[in-house]
Amino acid sequence: MSTPSTREPAQRDEEHQHGPGDAGALSKHQPPSLADSMHGSLPRWAGAAAAGLAVLVAAALLAVTGLHVALAVIVGVVVGVAAFVIASRAVEGERAATDRFVTALVTVAFVVALLPLLSVVWTTVSRGAARFDVAFFTQSMSGIVGEGGGAYHAIMGTLIITGLATLISVPIGTMTAIYLVEYGGDNKLSKVVTFLVDVMTGIPSIVAGLFSLALFTLIFGPGLRLGIMGAIALSVLMIPIVVRAVEEMLRIVPARLRESAYALGVPKWRTIVKVVLPTAASGIASGIVIAIARVMGETAPLLVTVGLTSATNFNPFDGRMPVLPVFAYYQIITPGIPPQAFIDRAWTSALVLILFVMVLNVAARVLAKALAPKTR
Amino acid sequence: MTTTTPALTGSRRRPGDKIFSGTAAASAVLILLILAGVGLFLLAEAYPALVAPSEDIEGGRGLVLYLWPILFGTLITSIIAMVVAVPVAVGIALFISHYAPRRLSQGLGYTIDLLAAVPSIVYGFWGVQVFALALVPLYQWLEENLGWIPLFAGPASTTGKTILTASLVLAVMILPIISALSREVFLQTPRLHEEAAMALGATRWEMIKYAVIPYGRSGVVSASMLGLGRALGETMAVTLVLSASGGVSFNLINSGNPPTLAAEIALNFPEATGLRLSELITAGLLLFLLTFAVNFAARALVTRQKGGST
Repeated sequence: MSTPSTREPAQRDEEHQHGPGDAGALSKHQPPSLADSMHGSLPRWAGAAAAGLAVLVAAALLAVTGLHVALAVIVGVVVGVAAFVIASRAVEGERAATDRFVTALVTVAFVVALLPLLSVVWTTVSRGAARFDVAFFTQSMSGIVGEGGGAYHAIMGTLIITGLATLISVPIGTMTAIYLVEYGGDNKLSKVVTFLVDVMTGIPSIVAGLFSLALFTLIFGPGLRLGIMGAIALSVLMIPIVVRAVEEMLRIVPARLRESAYALGVPKWRTIVKVVLPTAASGIASGIVIAIARVMGETAPLLVTVGLTSATNFNPFDGRMPVLPVFAYYQIITPGIPPQAFIDRAWTSALVLILFVMVLNVAARVLAKALAPKTR
Repeated sequence: MTTTTPALTGSRRRPGDKIFSGTAAASAVLILLILAGVGLFLLAEAYPALVAPSEDIEGGRGLVLYLWPILFGTLITSIIAMVVAVPVAVGIALFISHYAPRRLSQGLGYTIDLLAAVPSIVYGFWGVQVFALALVPLYQWLEENLGWIPLFAGPASTTGKTILTASLVLAVMILPIISALSREVFLQTPRLHEEAAMALGATRWEMIKYAVIPYGRSGVVSASMLGLGRALGETMAVTLVLSASGGVSFNLINSGNPPTLAAEIALNFPEATGLRLSELITAGLLLFLLTFAVNFAARALVTRQKGGST
């Protein structure tokens, strides 16, 4: 990287192309100061060397002593970071050493957070693969006591209940967002609603389930389990997400589009339906898809409202309805004989759930691009 | 909004406008009703348990003594999760906003957000079948070497289904929330403050310490409280990971643990009827009030901060 002096210090992008722990970056984004002129700087490979040292120490500890893997890794990381900081302190001085220390800490924090993600995905894929077969997607658990069977009934139930929840949440959520952005302005109702929608995003999912249950118990009496109850529970969780997403999108529609329509004498409601909503369509669609992905994997609210059956039930207004997360939960907590068949089915269900959620997340991104307004 | 003025006069003339704005306002009011309904319906269903004689309540010693260990379990798991998650989340947020190469940072942000997309039941499976088992040797080591600390007194659980495991799983689950919001406030630090710090010869850490962190502190606090709200209400992961069989205990690696409010409901709900159902709904009501208070405070902080800074 040549001629750092000609570069403006504000060019963070340039500086940040160097990885953390990159020795070049440090001396470059400081103008040659007193500290720099008195001290040298570590070579560029110092960070990599420290990471290598950490791995070596951890491996040596594992091989020589019978230490637990986690402890060996922790010791390795501590040794690596310490060597890095001590070297920096000797060569570059105290302030630079502190900077190096924080760089190392922040990088370690990031790596630590990635480990569970990798482990979860790897475990789910490897264990879920066992029953990821045709039967799993075409058979229900009707009449199955041990091995075999599938989650067709639960997958259909999940699709029906999530679909119903979407049908309930999208109109309510969209209209509320329209009220907040287009009609409410700064009035009291819209302020209160904006605030409470935020609070509502934090409602625990099981409380949403209990709400739906309490509502139906008050109206129809106790002991009821229906697909629609689950859909209503999911709606409580979904509406605030939809409101937030749509509201955000409506706010970035330029005011001059509305003003042009008004100037042509178009009624306000037609302006919203024909001008504002189509302009924001891509963002709204992707927001709704993300909201669906969020509630699709919810277990607790469905556990208390829809129960479980082993046969397919397409009618959300009559009787218990199997759904994928609840099916998976019961497979794992009440395994029958042979237990492995139940555990396999649970993991495959988990894998299918993750796939659903990932596909929806990707779809949201594609939708956002495909439907984006061609203006500008 | 100034742009709404011409249309408001129009809405008095045209029936279409009246209907449309009426529907919009009704939806907004409906949301308030739902929120009120959550509290009221739960209260109505919890009422039998609230007035029942104390010997009829599970455990036979009244509602308060029934709920206390469960509340304790909820608080201790959430607090440990916070202690673990907040520093790591702030580290991740700083890494993405100020350390990672700019071209990579958006992709890294997505990767961390994926942690939030994984359904909670999958964390539960992973927690009980992989993570808990992996922690067993660590718990034995803790018991042997640090057993003099009451937290690690043991005897270490052989299944790994302990308070500490549940707390760590919760920590993983709330990481993405805290780090996403913290990242956002860190990125909003005025560029001039950062450049001024750099121009004075600050190292990157000094710049962060004196420009970024003071600016983002209240944002991190409210992000952490939102994470706390999530941890308090998380159900399935805790239900699967925690072996709930015991009362109040500070022993983190033992197998006798108090359950959490959400896990207690999920575990006992399928068989519950009558008064038992009311007790569980009372636990749900308590959980609702607790998370409502935490979220309310967190959001109030965010709103106040927004009003003050922009």
